[in-house]
Amino acid sequence: MRVLADGDRFSELIDSLCVGISDTIASPGHPQASGGQTPESSPKDAPCGGWALVGVRSRGDVLAQRIAERLSAERFEGRIGTLDITLYRDDLSEIGPQPVVRTTEIDFPIDGLNVVLIDDVLMTGRSIRAALQSLMDLGRPRRVWLGVLVDRGGRELPIAPDFVGLDLTEGADEALAPGAKVQVMVTPTDERDAVVVFDEGEREGVERG
Amino acid sequence: MAETQPGYHWPHRHLLGLEDLSAQDIRFLLTTALGFDGVSTRSVKKVPALRGRVVVNLFFEDSTRTRASFNLAASRLSADVLEMAGKGSSVSKGETLIDTARNIEAMGVDVIVCRHHHSGAAAHLARSVDCSVINAGDGQHEHPTQGLLDILTIAKRTGRTDSFDFSGLTVAIVGDITHSRVARSNVYGLIKLGAHVILVGPPTLLPGAFTDIGCELSNSLDDVLPRVDVVNMLRIQFERLTSQAFPSVREYSTRFGLNAQRLSRAKPDLLVMHPGPMNRGVEIDSVVADGPNSAILQQVANGLSVRMAALFLVSGAPV
Repeated sequence: MRVLADGDRFSELIDSLCVGISDTIASPGHPQASGGQTPESSPKDAPCGGWALVGVRSRGDVLAQRIAERLSAERFEGRIGTLDITLYRDDLSEIGPQPVVRTTEIDFPIDGLNVVLIDDVLMTGRSIRAALQSLMDLGRPRRVWLGVLVDRGGRELPIAPDFVGLDLTEGADEALAPGAKVQVMVTPTDERDAVVVFDEGEREGVERG
Repeated sequence: MAETQPGYHWPHRHLLGLEDLSAQDIRFLLTTALGFDGVSTRSVKKVPALRGRVVVNLFFEDSTRTRASFNLAASRLSADVLEMAGKGSSVSKGETLIDTARNIEAMGVDVIVCRHHHSGAAAHLARSVDCSVINAGDGQHEHPTQGLLDILTIAKRTGRTDSFDFSGLTVAIVGDITHSRVARSNVYGLIKLGAHVILVGPPTLLPGAFTDIGCELSNSLDDVLPRVDVVNMLRIQFERLTSQAFPSVREYSTRFGLNAQRLSRAKPDLLVMHPGPMNRGVEIDSVVADGPNSAILQQVANGLSVRMAALFLVSGAPV
């Protein structure tokens, strides 16, 4: 197991994700809401809808929480939701015991909202496909962006992230060998904050929830 | 949310009764059911989890609630549902249960949901076919999804959905215990989760053997009511009763019916349940059934989530 980022480096990764998200949200053409906004035009009342961070279980939800805290320090307002994609996975029909179903917690209407989906590691793109389908079944968001802490490369579907903390795709400085497996650990779900790599053949030592 | 032990996987291809399940199985199924709650309240009430699977409702007894609930649960999981009835099918031409089931199975079915008037019918079916079988009530034996939805309702109303630990909770089940599959499934499930169960009814309808698994028996609802947290009023099944065992309807109603006067002597937050269909004025009065203590309609709503969880889990269990 190699540690790619922990401590300050991990914080920097989250910061760089936050910068991308806040720039997009504050940019002209998008309805929201940088620090100088008056209370009358709060995102909740904006005609194009506000924006929301939606984390994909079971690490993206914690990351979304973390990002929301950083953004709210810059006086951003947005809502936070959690998506459980178990029932939308495309490998459910393959033989094997059913995975644990958890709850989706999006207690606000997403119609017309600007949604930033947050996940820990992007690889094949299959969980994001499931997340998108799940999101569409809840309503019709105005626009959906994708933010991931780590882009590991290895896509099997035409899905690309809008915001990336750590780029490990082919051609990047820290590109990975194809068989390597990336895991994100994040408190309080895990004991510490870290991005770790297990090289091919190495046993994964971290119990995933 | 109840933590599942690492490495735990749902092991059962069939759901025949709560007697066969461990406490961990029950907790896992109910936790899964909580995950399905949201599907019924959002704009698209459907998830693709069982897309391409076929579920057959094979009912040899009358049913409204259970049949509709299983149909809707399967539909919300995107499975195809085939409705079969005993009446009006080949069964009334003399075909055996197993022949009927094998013929249905030959059409490529994944789950058979079976209700039958003979105890053990579902288990017999499960031994004879390759697909999964869910018992939707077999004679006087078990009605597992009803037991599970009752337990889920209790857990939600008493704030125990984190652990599904029922220790310290006292549940009375009132009525014709002898003939009740609902009572049996409730007893097995509640005892496994740590509840104290009191069975209440006329002596002729109260099997003594239940004390062996830890139940308390009583012939007086008035004695028991002040110290219980939950009361589950069983339907008097006139169709199953013989005249010798059952007192008159008026006598039964006087001694075991839940009315406003009795309710006033119970704990103020007593949870009142009934599996339906109700005989209003016999085992339960309308003011109680429609009052604030009643969870009867929540039971129906929870039934949908429990049946989605059951269909989902048996479909993925190892062969």
